[in-house]
Amino acid sequence: MEILIAFVIGAMTASGVFLTLRGRTFPVVLGLTLLAYAVNVFLFAMGRLTVGLPAVIDPTQGGYADPLPQALVLTAIVIAFGMTAFLIVLALKARSEMGNDHVDGLHLSEDEASLKDTLPPKSRKATRKARQAHKQEARP
Amino acid sequence: MTDWPSLPFLALLLPLLGGTVILLARPLGLRLQRVLGLLLILGLLFVSVDLLEVAFEQGHRVYALGNWDAPYGIVLVLDPLSAMMVSLTSVLALAALWYAMASSIDRQGAHFHVLFQIQLFGLNGAFLTGDVFNLFVFFEVLLLASYGLLLHGGGRLRTRGGLHYVVINLIGSTLFLFAVGALYGILGTLNIADMAQAVAELPASDLAPVAAAGLLLLVVFAIKAAFFPLYLWLPGAYANTSAPVAALFAIMTKVGVYAIIQVHGTVFGPEAGELAFFHQPFVLTAGLIGLGMAAFGVLAARGLKNQVAYLVLASVATLLVGVGLNTPQALGATLYYLIHSTLIAAALFLLADILAKGRGPFADRFESAPPMPNAVWLGGFFLFGAVAMTGMPPLSGFMGKVFILDAALAHDWAAWVLGMVLVSSLLMIVAMARSGSLLFYNTQETVPTLGQPLNAKALVSVTGLFVISLGMVVFAGPILGMTQAIADSVYDVGPYLDQVLNAPTQDAQWLKGGH
Repeated sequence: MEILIAFVIGAMTASGVFLTLRGRTFPVVLGLTLLAYAVNVFLFAMGRLTVGLPAVIDPTQGGYADPLPQALVLTAIVIAFGMTAFLIVLALKARSEMGNDHVDGLHLSEDEASLKDTLPPKSRKATRKARQAHKQEARP
Repeated sequence: MTDWPSLPFLALLLPLLGGTVILLARPLGLRLQRVLGLLLILGLLFVSVDLLEVAFEQGHRVYALGNWDAPYGIVLVLDPLSAMMVSLTSVLALAALWYAMASSIDRQGAHFHVLFQIQLFGLNGAFLTGDVFNLFVFFEVLLLASYGLLLHGGGRLRTRGGLHYVVINLIGSTLFLFAVGALYGILGTLNIADMAQAVAELPASDLAPVAAAGLLLLVVFAIKAAFFPLYLWLPGAYANTSAPVAALFAIMTKVGVYAIIQVHGTVFGPEAGELAFFHQPFVLTAGLIGLGMAAFGVLAARGLKNQVAYLVLASVATLLVGVGLNTPQALGATLYYLIHSTLIAAALFLLADILAKGRGPFADRFESAPPMPNAVWLGGFFLFGAVAMTGMPPLSGFMGKVFILDAALAHDWAAWVLGMVLVSSLLMIVAMARSGSLLFYNTQETVPTLGQPLNAKALVSVTGLFVISLGMVVFAGPILGMTQAIADSVYDVGPYLDQVLNAPTQDAQWLKGGH
């Protein structure tokens, strides 16, 4: 079980780190969420992995599961939840104020690229019209 | 009042409840919120002076939350260092709040006063707690309030700086949890005093993971304090936020430095055996490199606020050098410099805002602009601030740097420390002289002034902070004596562990005996 848990934490952390290093805000939010999941499982594992044991000391049972990490995880979940909500709102605000969802805001070339991606493709008719207007302008 | 056992708790309760009251008072108007905010800070100032007195008279003082003894319960620990930080925070908060009111910055968005009080709650909590996980929670409280304050007023650049600040701090929080989890997994406790004892008795096979977790914790505090490779978020966030918030945030980087002194200084302190002070070479190296980078940033800045943000970085780097020297004498000098640099950096942020308003549309950019109103007076203020911040005689920056350099002479790396501090100071003096001449001499004389007239009320904050700097020169002896005593108490870990773990808490006795 230890190896499985370790792989789960490792995979989530690796994906989280990869996503946080992306250039757009939404992958960054996702990455932070994954990191928070990873750290929650990690905290849990730090109380040592036990199966079917109560968190309260019970003389009839063979042992007990460490209750402290469970309390820590509970606190960490609540905090991470609140922070993620705040970050999503902030990312939306940044999207509307900076014109695109790049974490650094308006890079001109990046920005044009993003506009091309987000706007619907122009219809063929509109393109032909624009070309004709251009030709007429070009004539004396 | 001094024998009231819940005194440390009062420093937390006052801003928390006060902030809630201010929130409820919102329908009754901003004027009431302002009066309440000011009264609360004055109350906090009173409490913190009392805390300082108690801490120096009685040494460490433990308050057990919920009356559970450590290490099972969570404790608040009042020691001279935390009392000093709480007092410094309240002085700084008074100046920042006064400026926000005088220049009507609190009018620019909702809940400025509420967030301000919650910020103080988080800061005081981080200074007073004796438990690592509780420290994490208070960090989150102060960060969440700081996100709101940083974005207060809005604006494109502010949002961008704020986004970077929020993301890097969320990553920092995750790393904090990883470090706390790893330390708990091996040491089995989160109480700082108990952890120190556990580290001292650690078997050799567990040394490496604990060292790794300790360094991970150092990275977390490094993000907060803006250490060398992790400082890139700071200039954008501090230069683009509103002036009183930037002034209050002068203490935020110091929270990171405080946490290194308190947590690492206790857990990996003189009694930690193999791991005693293993983190200090990293701190010293980061400080030295960071000092150089910050000096280049000060030279390269194109606006005054950005320049002051890099000056904050330089002051943090100087503090790290002082901490990294790792002697009680150096730490005493560092704490003196910490008080000075926090107050002067805040004053410079406020002054930069006053100058920017006087220059109208040219703001704080280093460009030729029409002369600002009252340029002679403001120039005098700027000269004072620049001299104090760069560490030229006769002001407090000079005293602080001399004390640190004096303590560095005995260290193996003395040549590097002296060279780096002196060369970076020279670069900063050159940069500040250049920006002063660009702002005050390179003016368009023929154009009538475009800026707002001088806001004399707002200038009171700056004047107050500068007067404290002067006071720190006049009373340099007693203040250094005080910081030296604090530093000695940090290096003498024994009484701290003893008070937290062995003595039954005073409150428990008080509750059982008195009631």
